[in-house]
Amino acid sequence: MADQARRGFINDYTRDYYGGGLMSLIGLFAFVQGTHYDVGSLTQMGPGFFPAALGVILVVLGVGIAGSARRSQALVELDIPEEEAHHAPEWRGWICILSGIVAFVVLGRWGGLLPATFAVVFISAMGDRGNSWKSALILSLAMSALAVLIFWWALKLQFPLFSWG
Amino acid sequence: MIEQSLQALWQGFGVALLPYNLMWSFFGVLVGNLIGVLPGMGPLSAISILLPLTYSMHPIPAILMLAGIFYGSQYGGAIGAILLNLPCHPPHAVTCLDGYPLTKKGKGGTALGITMICSFFAASCGIIVMIFASPLLVRVAFEFGPAELFSIMLLGLLAGGTMSNGPPMKGAAMVVMGLLIGVVGTDVNSGTMRFTFGLINLDDGIEIVALALGLFGVADFLRNVNRMQSVGTGNANVRLRDMRPSWAEIRQAFFPMLRGTGVGTLFGAMPGTGPTITTFIAYALEKKISRTPDRFGCGALEGVAAPEAASHSKTQVDFIPTMSLGIPGDATMALLLGALLLHGIQPGPQLITEHADLFWGLIASFWIGNVLLIVLNVPLIQVWVKVLQVPYRYLYPCALFFIAVGVYSTNNSLFEVGEVLVFGVMGAVFLALKFPIAPILLGFVLGPMVEENFRRALTLAHGHMSVFVTSPISAGFVAASALLILAQIYFRLRRPPQTGTRRPAGGVAPAMGKTVMGKTVMRKTGTGD
Repeated sequence: MADQARRGFINDYTRDYYGGGLMSLIGLFAFVQGTHYDVGSLTQMGPGFFPAALGVILVVLGVGIAGSARRSQALVELDIPEEEAHHAPEWRGWICILSGIVAFVVLGRWGGLLPATFAVVFISAMGDRGNSWKSALILSLAMSALAVLIFWWALKLQFPLFSWG
Repeated sequence: MIEQSLQALWQGFGVALLPYNLMWSFFGVLVGNLIGVLPGMGPLSAISILLPLTYSMHPIPAILMLAGIFYGSQYGGAIGAILLNLPCHPPHAVTCLDGYPLTKKGKGGTALGITMICSFFAASCGIIVMIFASPLLVRVAFEFGPAELFSIMLLGLLAGGTMSNGPPMKGAAMVVMGLLIGVVGTDVNSGTMRFTFGLINLDDGIEIVALALGLFGVADFLRNVNRMQSVGTGNANVRLRDMRPSWAEIRQAFFPMLRGTGVGTLFGAMPGTGPTITTFIAYALEKKISRTPDRFGCGALEGVAAPEAASHSKTQVDFIPTMSLGIPGDATMALLLGALLLHGIQPGPQLITEHADLFWGLIASFWIGNVLLIVLNVPLIQVWVKVLQVPYRYLYPCALFFIAVGVYSTNNSLFEVGEVLVFGVMGAVFLALKFPIAPILLGFVLGPMVEENFRRALTLAHGHMSVFVTSPISAGFVAASALLILAQIYFRLRRPPQTGTRRPAGGVAPAMGKTVMGKTVMRKTGTGD
């Protein structure tokens, strides 16, 4: 079907294969890691018992999800239309949002609240194709002013406006 | 005992009407109302953003405000659904089906009026149930040992996972995921560091605010960036006198309202059932028993009244297990439970006696808040409709900043801002793979309690698993859990597998698909419940 082809690599079938596989992997990791701690017995449970048990359950569920991938289409997803599957990957938006947060952490540590605020708003705003660098600049300056007013002046947040190292 | 409750309630009104408490309650419902109208922001993200603000506050105004956000957002959700056909939050998606056609017929004001009446009525019923059921439940709850607590939590987790949006197995996997995230940190019994990957910052476990904002804030931005422009068209025109329904319309909506309230109360008492499923069932029920089912979807008042009533009574009743047992009904409740814990209040049977002012003050504030909302909604609808015109490209960078600062202020830790990043990516991946993410939070909050009670029960029983079925209360919950799983398997086998177009449930989904597809709006899957 053309519709199916357009959706690319994540369609209804493969989505559940990947999803189930991911769950199984996480479960396996939890199980292995759990057994590294002391598992103990039912009477005297060690710290590893619970995570190891959860890991096993997750592996089983993961296999179940992947195994029923074909049939899951018949299942009703109450309000999940197929819409967003048609979209192409949105690398620019993703990278900008994520690096905005990274910038906040880095500049928050080695710069202070003001540069961190400016950076997170400016960088993430650039992720939207509708924003020019001018509108992003205005937006981030406005948010910086707001940050000083609300968090530094009114709420006295323990976060210096500027700090060097 | 009823007299005692009423007396306590009277004192509760005293607490809730203290100017300081009232102010925060008002602030909460106002923000909640706004958040409810704005798509892209659910009560979950709103509560997590504002949670850090409450640290310096007294626990009572803090909880009143956070609860206000929760039920305030439901009024807001209905506005967006009816006037603009925006299914901002999944629980209100079903309201669009008949609400928007009513608006197109010029009856939008009436639909809003009916919604408000139904919401208020249902919330009042829910509050009354809460007043009388909580003390009873508390009496039973004192009989609960670790085995009973584990079994009821098991039921809650199973219901929360399998009855959320999407396939049951995916929901269950997300619950387990949440339980695993809850394991991170120092084990209380042995002092072993679990899943900390050598990071000292993880010794105290994952911060709930970081988890919630990552999953419900950042993950959402990642999904919607460049895919959503501005949301509203801003052409809704509602005047005050349009909102007064006629007697005939009230009569038409009366029984659906009662039935919706009943459905909501029932589902609220069941731990783990999300609000979306509640409203859909209320709608499906109305359609089924209606003598003219074909009117549904073209503007039937019943189709607005029943789901809205259901969502509001459920919200109030949801507070019962959260406050008196410490077992949250859904993700939003889990977050409120986390807020209680952050303020040093241990929910459970002793909460009602030890923190009587908090408990009864909260109940009283529900009523006050609901009155406030009715009064507020009338003049504010126009304002909210304008707010919807704010383009997404300005909205999300600002929200991202508030998220970053909010998480930082929780413990003055930049490390936790990094946690947000990780959970944001995780949430986005899960959403792309069509996993419902709300159950993660439920599992996360309940995780430590589940483990603790499981361990304790088995230690007391010398390792015999039979302890979970020998006590009658526990056996009941285990049986209910088993029944739940069997029912899921039964429904799955009965529904024949098919390919191509998806088959809708109870005739609800086809119209749904159309409504949503026709608009370039974002949806929030699994975020609302």
